[in-house]
This record gives sequence, C-alpha cells and structure tokens, in this order.
Amino acid sequence: MTDLLKISGLHASIDADGKPKEILRGVDLVIPPGEVHAIMGPNGCGKSTLSYVLAGREEYDVTSGSVTFMGRDLLDMEPEERAAAGLFLAFQSPVELPGVNNANFLRTAVNAVRRARGEAELDAVGFLKAVRAATKNLSMSDDMLKRSVNVGFSGGEKKRNEVLQMTMLQPTLAILDETDSGLDVDALRIVAEGVKNLRSPKFSALVITHHQRLLDYLGPDRIHVMARGRIVRSGGPELAKQIDAEGYASFLAEAA
Amino acid sequence: MNAITPSDRGLAPFEARLSSFQDATRKAAAGDLALTGLPGPRVEAWHYTSLRALNSYIFNEPDTCFNESAVQVILRSLIPQSGCLEPLPRLVLVNGRVVPALSSPAASLPEGVTFSAFSGSPDFGMQASPQRDPLVALNTALAVDGIKLVVEPRVKAGRILLISLAMSSSGAISFHPRHSVTLGEGASLTLIEIAAGSEGPGAYFHNPVLSCSVAEGAHLEHIKLQREAADAIHLATVYADIASHATYESFTLGLGAVLARHEVHATLRGSHAGVHVNGAQLLGSGQVGDITSVITHGAPDCISRQTVRNVLTDRARAVFQGKVLVERVAQKTDGYQMNQALLLSPTAGIDAKPELEIYADDVKCSHGATVGALDEEQLFYLRSRGIPDAGARQMLVEAFLTEAADLVQDEVAHAALGTALTEALVSRIAAWENAS
Repeated sequence: MTDLLKISGLHASIDADGKPKEILRGVDLVIPPGEVHAIMGPNGCGKSTLSYVLAGREEYDVTSGSVTFMGRDLLDMEPEERAAAGLFLAFQSPVELPGVNNANFLRTAVNAVRRARGEAELDAVGFLKAVRAATKNLSMSDDMLKRSVNVGFSGGEKKRNEVLQMTMLQPTLAILDETDSGLDVDALRIVAEGVKNLRSPKFSALVITHHQRLLDYLGPDRIHVMARGRIVRSGGPELAKQIDAEGYASFLAEAA
Repeated sequence: MNAITPSDRGLAPFEARLSSFQDATRKAAAGDLALTGLPGPRVEAWHYTSLRALNSYIFNEPDTCFNESAVQVILRSLIPQSGCLEPLPRLVLVNGRVVPALSSPAASLPEGVTFSAFSGSPDFGMQASPQRDPLVALNTALAVDGIKLVVEPRVKAGRILLISLAMSSSGAISFHPRHSVTLGEGASLTLIEIAAGSEGPGAYFHNPVLSCSVAEGAHLEHIKLQREAADAIHLATVYADIASHATYESFTLGLGAVLARHEVHATLRGSHAGVHVNGAQLLGSGQVGDITSVITHGAPDCISRQTVRNVLTDRARAVFQGKVLVERVAQKTDGYQMNQALLLSPTAGIDAKPELEIYADDVKCSHGATVGALDEEQLFYLRSRGIPDAGARQMLVEAFLTEAADLVQDEVAHAALGTALTEALVSRIAAWENAS
C-alpha cells in the first residue's frame, strides 16, 4: 500500500528580524494509512512548525525537500485545498473568531469541504443532526455552538471544539498539535475518546505531545523523536515510555 | 463695501431657492446661512469631510409627481413581502414629502401615537440650532414636509417604519425633510428609518433633520439604514434630548451615497439617563462616510456608549468624530467610545477624532480606536478548515460588522440590519475582488 504522507528532507525557515531562521533541518517521515504516529521532542525542536508547514501556513518558507499526501504534492496546495484533500490540523492555540457563530462556521467549513470532495452539501437539518451527535460524544453543550468561535471558551472547551471540527470534517490525516496540553484528566479522556472514535483504516493521525497519557489512550503505532529540526529516532510505543523515564537528554546528544 | 454673494459661500447650488421667504424662521435661517455659508475645510467640524461635491449641481425643488410603479418596486425591495418589516406601520416620504397613499392609515398606528405632517403646520421645534449648524440652517430654510410623531405618556408604541425614498428626475434635486419624534413620560418606541433612492438619471441631495425628545423614563430606539443611490448625497442631523431615567439608543448603518454624514447631538438632561450612538459603515470606491457626534452629559449618573465600526474597500474614506462633553454637574458620568476600522485596501483611509471635554471631577470616560487589516491568523484558521480565501475574508468582514449590529436590541431591526449587511457585503466584496 502507498504511503498516506511522505516527508523527505524537509527544510523550512521563518523570517526573524529580516534574516531567515532555519527551523526544520531535513525532516524525513512516513505515515501509512490507518496508523497513529506520535512526535515527541523538547520545546523549540520544530514540532509545531512542522504541523504549520503541513497545513500550509504562509510565513514559513520551505527551502528544500518534498511532502506528498495521497500521492499529491502537498506543498503546492492552498490551505483550503489541503483541508479538502483530507488534512486536518488541530491547533495548539485555537484562534478566536469574534462575531463568527460557531455553528455557521462549522457548517460553512463542512459544506466547503464536501463541495470540494464532490459530495452533496448538508442542509440545515442534516447538519444539525450530525453536529448534535458529535457534540454529545464530546460532552459539549449546545450553547457552545451558539457562541462565537472559541471566544470565551476555556482551554478545554477550545480543544474539544477542535476535535468537534475534526469529527465533522472527516479527515484522512489529522495532526494534533498538543491537543492534550492544558486539559484535566476528564477533558483529556473525552478528547482522546473523540480521536479514538475516528480510528479506522481510512484515518491516520500525527500526534504531537509531551505526555504519555494521551498515547496510552490512543495506542500509537510508532513514536518519532524530534530534536533540532529533525527526526532523530523512530520506534515502537516503548520509545514513549523511555522518554517518560529518561527525558530527551540522550536524544539531544544524538542530534548534536 | 464687501459684497458677499451666495456663490462665495458654497450656496450656489441652492441660490435661487434661498430668497423671498415669508416666515420669520426660514428668513432667519437663510440669513444665518448667507453669513456663514456652507462650511469649508477651515471649519473644525467639517475639516475632514468636504462638501465640494455639492458644487457640481444646481439642486432644484423636486416635482410633487413621481412614477408610482417605480416607487413600488423600490419599496418592495426594501420591504420584502412576508419579511420582518412588512407588517409594521409605515410612514413613507417620496422626495421629502409625506405620501399618505403609501403610508399606513392613521387608524392603524398604535393607540396613543399621533402622526401629523410637517407641511400641515410647520413646527421647527426648539432643539435644532440653525445658527450653529449650517446644514440645519439649510434644512430650516428649505424644509417643506416631514413627519411629526407624538407618543403619549406610558404608551408602548412598538415599531414604526420611516421610509424616505428619492425618485430622481432629469436634473439634480434636493429635499430637506424636518422630522420630530416626541415620547411622553414612560413611553417607548422603536423607530426604524430607511433612506433609499432610485439610481439616476439625476443626482439627489437628502438633508433631513430629526429632533427627538425623550421624556422621563421613556425609551426611544432609533435604527437607521442608509442605502441611498450611488451618486446621492446624504447629510443628516439628529438631535436627541433625554430626560432623567430615559434612554435614546441609536444605530446607523451607512451603505450608500457618494457622500454621507450622520451627525448626532445628544444631550443627557436628567440623571440616570442613557444614550447609545452606535453605527457601522461599509464603504467602497470613492465613497465618503462620516459619523459625527456630540454627546453632552448635562446631569449626573448618566451613561453614554458609542461603538462605531467601519469597513473600507477600494478608495473609500471614513470620518469619525466623537465629542463627549461632561458638564460640571455631571458627576458619576460613565462614558465609553470606541471607533474601529478595517482597511481592506491600501488606498482606503479613515480620519478619526475623539474629543473629551470634562468639567466634572468624578467621571469614568474611556475612548479608543483601532485601524487594521484582516487578521492573518484568523484567515489561516478558516482556510485550514477548507473555507476558500474569498469566503474566509467575507466571513471575517461580516463578523466585524455583525458585532456592531449586535448592539441593536430590537430583534426585528436587528434582523433587517443583518439582511441589508449581508446583501451589501456580497456585492461590495464581489466588486472589490473583481477590481483587484
């Protein structure tokens, strides 16, 4: 079977006071269909940058390397095309959109993606049914749909709202950028269950995290350790336990 | 001796109509106007908004006859059948004159509400100040008709529509309606005002003056939707006198006209009164939109609120002037003013002039202003959810304006504003994107 996502020799930099600062320094990563992979690594190693580059954020400059997603050149696509193709990024810090009603936003997004995928748009009733089912699974109140997107949401509510969007947009690859950070035990369980519900041969996830706990819920297929802008080690779930026990020091030494 | 002719004072467009008045009020106003002329850029209140556009025309008194089927077409577009505005009692003016045939019969107005036409017995009232405001002097001199609404004490009058239509003729016309709304003690009214007009062939100038008097404990909500024709000029002045425990809550949405100004003079005369002077403008190529206000706190324990949001595309220019005057007696004043602009093109611009003049020592007054472009992070967030760039931009612009419109309490007025906003946004953004 072909790879869902294949990242080869990816270099990317960002403009820092007029000078390019290289953050990704040759990332190689392959995610096959149906697998959950985790990226762990110390702060500043480039995990979030990788997720932004994959989602298509413009301020990062890809200087070399390639990314193919379902056989297509991902780097050549607009952010909205990537979403339509099945890529979803759950933001580490979800953006607030004052004045944008959460339900309208969700319906606009779902129908934009469905249109692009050649599927029929959901009418108001169909959408409501789907969104009610999803919010119930995530223990979200109807009130959160009536409010402006993420405005006045607690940290946990914002993360749940990300998982809600993910559920509704039905991605083939979800990148979860520290979706577990700032969550209490109950919220973590709800969010993890939300992701777990999506697991299928047609769904893969790249989970960026610092914590073993989310991985315990999800049961990742592979763990990658990132340091100084590269993947320095890949292995099975046991790697996460080693990091939990020993920290990143030995991996950093390898990367140096 | 220095002979001053009206043409020196920017009065040439009205010259033929500004002589031979019989009654003293009009004569005095014309006299004031002859002395000051129409304001130029050296007059502080008009520093940012030029009236030069008036000089391209000679404005005639409009004919009393008009094409009735054309009027019906516009009315239906403003008030769609089975829309939320349709059932409301309405007062309709065409070219500045009340048209009873298009208005609701007097009997259908709520009990305790009396309507009369200004033309029947001209009453200029005491609030307007032609000596100070030249455009009010112009209105005073040339006013032919207008509406006069009186709501008896304690009457909850509900909603009334005031529609002012312009039907252009071959030449340029101007009309200067004079309106007054008086609420007795404890009364309430929601006045939904719509100004609109036909496109071409001739330009028109709409110069209304509205005087509002809100007695003790009364509540007047005034929603204005300005969607004049593209080459129209709209220069409106509103006076509001607010007694103790009374409120005047207003919102103006500026969409049309090549040159528009909505000027409000609100005075809080009794304690525990409140005033809201909110608004929004969505302006495109070559439009100038001006929201100017003077809020006077003349009594203690009053609240004033002002939130104005502007969205400017193309070469649009907005002006915001907001003066809050807190008199010595007005202790415990609570004033807030915020003016924000979203500039969607490098050639758009806004001039903003907040002014606080405070003579009391125990007050809370704040003001602020922001000017900026769309937020890149917000755009990326929407696009990462599959919403194409153009749609994402439109959503953010709509959200920015919707937040201001959400200040409108009355749900029918709120819905009407929302519909008008969405329509305007779709056409404006489309025009702007095609151009760029």
